Parts: sequence; C-alpha cells; structure tokens
Amino acid sequence: MPDVGTPILQAPPAEGSHDQHMVLNMGPQHPSTHGVLRLVLEIDGEIVVRLYPEVGYLHTGIEKTCESKFYQQVVPLTDRVDYLGPLANNLCYCLAVEKLLGLEIPERAVWIRVLLTELTRINSHLIWLGTHAMDIGALTVFLYTFREREDILRIFEAVSGQRMMTSYFRIGGLAMEPPLDIFDRIQKFIKTLPEKLDEYSNLLTGNPIFRNRLLGVGILSPEDAVALAVTGPTLRASGVDFDIRRDMPYSSYEKFQFKVPISNRCDCWGRYEVRLEEMRESIKIIQQALDGMPGGPVKADAPKIILPDREKMKTQMEALIHHFKIVTEGFNVPAGEVFQAIESGHGTMGYYVVSDGTAKPYRVHMRYPGFASLQALETMCQGRMLADVVAVIGSIDIVLGEIDR
Amino acid sequence: MAEAPQETIAGKQAVLEKMSDHAAVKALVAWNSDAIIEALFDRGELSLTVPSENIVEAMQAIKDAGYNAYEDMTAVDWLPSDPRFQLTYHILSHAMKQRVRIKTWVSEADPAIESITSVFPGANFYEREVFDLFGIRFEGHPNLRRIMMPEEWVGHPLRKDYPVEGYR
Repeated sequence: MPDVGTPILQAPPAEGSHDQHMVLNMGPQHPSTHGVLRLVLEIDGEIVVRLYPEVGYLHTGIEKTCESKFYQQVVPLTDRVDYLGPLANNLCYCLAVEKLLGLEIPERAVWIRVLLTELTRINSHLIWLGTHAMDIGALTVFLYTFREREDILRIFEAVSGQRMMTSYFRIGGLAMEPPLDIFDRIQKFIKTLPEKLDEYSNLLTGNPIFRNRLLGVGILSPEDAVALAVTGPTLRASGVDFDIRRDMPYSSYEKFQFKVPISNRCDCWGRYEVRLEEMRESIKIIQQALDGMPGGPVKADAPKIILPDREKMKTQMEALIHHFKIVTEGFNVPAGEVFQAIESGHGTMGYYVVSDGTAKPYRVHMRYPGFASLQALETMCQGRMLADVVAVIGSIDIVLGEIDR
Repeated sequence: MAEAPQETIAGKQAVLEKMSDHAAVKALVAWNSDAIIEALFDRGELSLTVPSENIVEAMQAIKDAGYNAYEDMTAVDWLPSDPRFQLTYHILSHAMKQRVRIKTWVSEADPAIESITSVFPGANFYEREVFDLFGIRFEGHPNLRRIMMPEEWVGHPLRKDYPVEGYR
C-alpha cells in the first residue's frame, strides 16, 4: 500500500547521527510547477527520499461561492476552475444540473457539445505537450503547440465570443447557435492537425535527450495508480483500460467510434504516447461529429429554465415574463443529489450537486483529476533524481486552478 | 441523457428487494444488512447510508465486492438538522463500470469519523480537504492538517454558518 502525505519532519538529526538528508523547498514560484505548487523534498544527495506537495495557494473558495449563486450563474464560475479546458467544466456542470432537472437536450446541442469538448481536449493536451517539453529543455515545441492552440482559441472565440472563459454550454443546451462557417473552420483545422502532430512527434519521439529524460522515469504501477485515485491518461499509461467516455458514456458518446489508447510502460514516456495518441482519436471524434451533425434547435424546450431569444422577448409577453423570472429569481431545481463524471483532458472530472429544491445549489463539490494525481507524485519520484521530479510533474498534467479550486 | 429515465426506488426495504442482484447491495447485505440505515436509487444513482462508526468495514465490504477505485469524497452541511454533517463517498468499479454512493452522518457535537485511508489510500487529500473546510476529524489519518487554508486559519469556510463575504 503506497504511503502518501505524511509530513516531512524537519527535526534535526539526532546527536552523533550521520544523517545527511536535506530538506529542500521547490516552488511555489517555480517555472516547472505549472502554477503555484510548492513541493517540500527530502533529498539524499540528489536522490529524492520523500516528497510532499503543499497546495492551496490558488484557493478561492469557488465551491462556497457557488452556494450563493443561482444555478445558471455557476456556469461562468466553472470556466475558471480548470482554465485550460473551460468547455469540459461547463459540460460537466450542465450535465449534472440537467440530470437533477430531468431535462432532455436537443440532439444538435449534444453533438456540438461533443465536438467542442473534444477540441478542448486537444487544446489541453497541446498545452501539456508544449510545457512538458519545455520543462525538459525542448523549447521549440512550445512555440509550435501554441500556434495550433491559437487556432482552437479562435474557434472558441467565434463560437462564444471568448477565447478562454467561454461559458458556452448552458443548462438546457447552448448559449446560441454557432456561426455559420464554424464547421468549415473546424474541418479545415482538423485536416491540418494530424501532420502537425507528426511534426511534434518528429521533434520529440526520436530526440535522445527527450527519450532519456522520460523513459523509465516516474514509474507508477497500475495497483498504485488505482489506489491513489489517479485517473485519465496517467491511469491509462499505467495499463488500466478505463475511459468514462467509452465505459460509462454521457452526452451521446456511445454514438462515436474511437479507440482508447493504452500503454503498459507505466512511465512518463507511456503518458507521452497515450496523450499524443488521444489527440488523434479526438480528431476522429470531431470528424464524426462534423459528418453527422444533426439539425434542429440548440436549446431545450423549457421556457422556465432557458432564457428566451431576444426577438421573442421583444414581441411576446410570455417570453418577457420568463426572462424576468429567470434573471431575478432563477429557477427551482427538484431536491436531490447527483454525481456527474466526465472524462476531461486531465482525467475524471466530477460534479456533485446537491439541491434542496430552491434556485441556488445547496452544495457543489468539484472532483478534479489533478488533486488526486498529486497524491501519486511521491510514489513516482521516490528514489529518483531531483531533476526527474520536473519531468514527472509535467507528465501528470496538472493545473493548479483545478487542484486548489 | 441518452439513458432512459429510470424509476426512483426509495426506502431501504424497496431497494434491498428490487436491487438484490446489484453488487454493492449484495455486498453490504452480506456484510451486515441491519447496518444499512437507508437506501435510495434515484436518477440512475444508488446511495446507501451506513452508520459512521462502521464506515471502514462498509468500505472494505464494498471494495471486496469489486468497487476498486475510490473516486471522490466530500461533506454537506445540513445546518440546523441533527446530525449535521453528511459525508458522501463515491466509489467506482472499473470492471462493472458502475458507481456507488456511500453516505454517512456525523453530529456537530463530535464531528469525527474513522479515516478510510487504510482501505482507499487515495482518500488522503480528500479527507484533509473535508477536515480543513468542514472541521470534521478523521481518526487514524496519516497527516490530518489543513490543505487549502493557511495553517493558522480560524474557522471552516464551507460550513453554512460561515459567511460568504465580509470579514469574519
């Protein structure tokens, strides 16, 4: 059973002891910690003996804030949790509330949700690849991946008006019908993406420095990975074949054909391979979504929950009343509790929403993959060199916004 | 969403009868059927409530039944009811592709429960988070310290009697 998180005791060694262990602080402002993560390391020379993550520097009490907002007002808050995958946050929260409401979503909205969530996954993986390679010293890749990420952000901007904090998925569907040319733009983007991925692969896969920094580093056995609640690509790189999209489908993922990349290497290289392959699978899902995109409305027929169109509001009394009611009083959600989990770019994202029958959520708990992955950091780094810690942090793909919430 | 709306099965007796072949129900009945306080199948999710003093045994029983992956745990403050705090554990089975929710209650007077880290080590950070934000103690936890708030912080922010804004 792996042991996580007993604090490093900083007591001086006993009289006459030849204990040469040193306690070293890393972060919170360290370029390789991807935000404000502080690690306390106990090292023997350059070998890591103990590692203890200290989090909370970005804690904003977002779960507490949710309790004082209407259900629809929580959507923009969710963007800011995992800020590299905003639409995945929106999706998870909206699915949870829709489950509480028992709301049926039009097919077109569901498909656009899948389409954009997969783009979000590619976006998240591109940032991971760029920063991970940069941590290890391959600075070039960062510039390339951010070039492609820019294209994705432009698509998000065209769809929602915002590059990062999109808030495009709303309870009951989408904020609005996407612009006309958007599917062509996405089509054009995913047509060029595979060769870009080959380009990254050319830069990194054969690179001897990159190989040596990753191969055999940060071993996480499948037993440890499951025990420490690790999810997502990190879990699949440890050989555990589980992907919520395929195994417990949500948002009509059962209608899409895709493979779930697995690696049995259990090391950082395995995680690199799995994520690279996952981007290719995401492209396939996007292609299927574009090909089979159904027509119809993008909002459910629930006037008491979804804001009416502007036009209707100006011409119909009923619509105006509904608009006024939703904005000033919100809408009541039947009492109950749901846990909705989705596969985000980093792993299992879950929203646990408890309703007491009023217009504000009684409790919103966010389960984010990075928080759990961090527990496994010590297991992966123990007995390895100090420099490997940087490679391992990069390989588990954490975002401190989602850890500290 | 694609799932057909499933009927709600409320009450311990009804769930134990109608869902007797569900792995989690079977495991808990085999372990100690009297210990199940309440059961509910709602919106496709199964919740089983057990007494707080039996939480570790219940977790072990669930784990032995194939629910191998700890997924999430949190608390809900139901001020002013008594017992005040509801603890919720979500445990997943990779093989059965199924999730079960285990609930338990702890009182305000003595907000303490045994830590489940001996069964699911992954609960470590989550229990620290609940300790930090709700002030519920976990007996036998390897490192029960605040995780989000600073060490010297007074109060537990996610409790309902803690203000959302303003000064303490």
